Amino acid sequence: MRIINNLLVLLLVVTFSSSLAFAQIAVKGEKVYTMNGDAVTNGVVLIKDGKIERVGTANRVSIPSGYTVYEAKVVTPGLIDAHSVVGLAGYLNQDDDQDQLETSGAIQPELRAIDAYNARGPLVKYLRDLGITTVHTGHGPGALISGQTMIVKTTGETVNEALVDSTTMLAFTMGNMLSGAISKPGTRSKGVAMLRQELIKAQSYAEKRSGENPPAVDIGMEALADLLDGKVTALITVHKANDIMTALRLREEFDFPMVLDGAAESYLIIDQIKASGVPVIIHPTMMRTRGDGKNASMETAGKLFAAGIPVAFQSGYEGYVPKTRVVLFEAGVAAANGLGSDNALRMLTIDAATILGMEDRVGSLERGKDADVALFDGDPFEYTTEVTGVIINGIKVK
Amino acid sequence: MKPIQSLLALVCAFTFVVTGLAQSTPQVFTGAQIIPISGEPINNGVLIVEDGKITAVGDENTRIPRNADVHDMTGKVIMPGLVDTHSHIGEGDGGDRSSALHPDVRIMDAIDPRSDTFKKALSGGITSVNVMPGSGHLMSGQTVYLKLRPADTIEEMLLVVDEENNIYGGMKMANGTNPIGSGAFPGTRAKSAAMVRNLYYKAMDYQKKIEAADGDESKMPPRNLEMEALVQILEGKRTVHNHTHRHDDILTAIRLSQEFGYKVVLHHVSEAYKVADEIAAAGIASSIITLDAFGGKLEAQDFTNSNGAALEAAGAKVGLHTDDGITDSRMFLRSAALLVKAGMSRKGALEAITIANAEMMDIEDRAGTLENGKDADFIILSGDPFSVYTHVEQTWIEGTKVWDRSNPEDKEFATGGYEVFRGEVFIHHDGAEQ
Repeated sequence: MRIINNLLVLLLVVTFSSSLAFAQIAVKGEKVYTMNGDAVTNGVVLIKDGKIERVGTANRVSIPSGYTVYEAKVVTPGLIDAHSVVGLAGYLNQDDDQDQLETSGAIQPELRAIDAYNARGPLVKYLRDLGITTVHTGHGPGALISGQTMIVKTTGETVNEALVDSTTMLAFTMGNMLSGAISKPGTRSKGVAMLRQELIKAQSYAEKRSGENPPAVDIGMEALADLLDGKVTALITVHKANDIMTALRLREEFDFPMVLDGAAESYLIIDQIKASGVPVIIHPTMMRTRGDGKNASMETAGKLFAAGIPVAFQSGYEGYVPKTRVVLFEAGVAAANGLGSDNALRMLTIDAATILGMEDRVGSLERGKDADVALFDGDPFEYTTEVTGVIINGIKVK
Repeated sequence: MKPIQSLLALVCAFTFVVTGLAQSTPQVFTGAQIIPISGEPINNGVLIVEDGKITAVGDENTRIPRNADVHDMTGKVIMPGLVDTHSHIGEGDGGDRSSALHPDVRIMDAIDPRSDTFKKALSGGITSVNVMPGSGHLMSGQTVYLKLRPADTIEEMLLVVDEENNIYGGMKMANGTNPIGSGAFPGTRAKSAAMVRNLYYKAMDYQKKIEAADGDESKMPPRNLEMEALVQILEGKRTVHNHTHRHDDILTAIRLSQEFGYKVVLHHVSEAYKVADEIAAAGIASSIITLDAFGGKLEAQDFTNSNGAALEAAGAKVGLHTDDGITDSRMFLRSAALLVKAGMSRKGALEAITIANAEMMDIEDRAGTLENGKDADFIILSGDPFSVYTHVEQTWIEGTKVWDRSNPEDKEFATGGYEVFRGEVFIHHDGAEQ
């Protein structure tokens, strides 16, 4: 299923054997947020061959000779943007630079993110320089099903070098947020009827493909059958409370993994979301209050967190300016509006990793995990704090 | 003849009576760090307000009147109400598609004084604002300078009232790609400049006819609202606010202002850092913006938040604007903090959202600093103005508290919430802002 991943393993093996790319690194921090237990004062993170070797206080972890030492006031795991379109939506508002939305049809689950990702896109580097090392990116909102998403590190010159997971979610949009450029349903209920019809088709396809006489391959149906088989997750971009409930109803009917995305009015139906067990990738804290999202509140992340709902931050999609948001900034404003900075940091790291199913590789500073580290000269959320260093897979990229 | 003025006079009279009663007791604010902008911050400072004006700003030894209402603001920070030189709050509009040049069109005739966007701005600490038509025209109309007093009518919000000349703000102009189009609109940059120059030459001609009439009504040219507004610009009575991004467009805006001798403020100035010395040498002020990421429009692709630092280093005057809804009025202090992050001095960034902007709107005698005699427009902050953890707690205009975060209804304008904002955020996608 995930051909690319095997390719990647091969690539990594080749790289490992040459091994020149990896310096052994020690990162010293006055405060090290491991996200696995309390923050360590005067901590050290040892990095070997691209992985985290050891984490502890400076007086317990001695730095072996030959390690390059970097120091910072604050050290955190590399930050995770749980939903973006960078790499697909380029930095210019020119048609040939915008690949996050195909407008030829309302339902196109066969569109792969890996076929459209520009690893050298200027916004990818921009996010990386702000401490964001892992991005869940791909097709954007605007179609009933716009296509697939993937997880990349903000490094590498090709999608293969960047790739962590080729097929993570299918991007759905519900409510009155479909692009005017596509041939689309005229009402909310028509849109849901179209989705249900397609999922019923996919149920039948899924059954047949596992039987004696599998049907001719239909790559759209393959993608939906994978959803119904629980191999990928539905990323439902939706804002209004009634549309969120419709999304949950769809999940009840077809029983597939789901993440709510945006969810501006989620604070109105916290109990229902909590009971569903569905995580929320919350809208950018500073999103514009307009259209379906006009009731967005800066306090929602804090309210959902307090209710025990898993939440992560996203940069989302911006059609205009700024061309991308930055989860570090969005988390900071949420931190100051009821969430608190320790919780905001959790959402940017380990909680995002867990929602994306990547908690065994990223999201905390623990032995054996990918060596993705962000270095700051102060409180990561303060407006004037600088990211002084970024390490991805054990390589210093800033 | 001028119904607006009589109306205005009435409103003013009414307002005076009300505030006169409300302000008979001096309001005194003690214990806070006061950032007057006009001088160094004063720890444990005292601010005294009477009849809508500031009557004293000083240290803890400042004499407090005996009959005063004393507000203990220990631990807080007090600074002037913020001034925004470029915003689209108020749900107004501007010129239509019939022409690329609309000097006669006034945005004040289209603003909704009850718009919740004004409350949004108050929650961000903004008290004075230049509300502008968009940038999809070479000249999209007359801007209006507002004080964000709670109001039923736009007249109650006017900040600048030149009754003799009918001036309530500046004039919006734009160059670069936004005004370029088809039909009545120019197709190239050179044509854009030519159309503007033609119009100003016409206005000079009109001006000459008026001068030749020498007060003789019978010899006056027929009244022409377009020409009247342009003559005001030529006479230095009305400021041009010129949207511009690319370095060559910036220089074109300067060149035209010099050719016709009018006062211009450059807006956005995305490539200011490339021509900072030229801007400084021309003695022209820039009202810039900060963004969370670059990119977007092709002509603004080289935008950077370090424009503030570059202009400051060159010795040019720098203000900051929200361009709301491009950036959010609620986050104006944050926008200024991004100037500091990008290398501008803290002092420069504080001035950029207060006195520098006031000067660009010619209201520096009334706003932009905490000094004796100025309007008592100030904000009370929970901490350092440039910290993410700081909130605007109270916004005061002319000695009256107009927004208070401790009031749950007011707070919702800062955070957002259910059915708080009914209007759409203003962004021109067609003939875009930015």
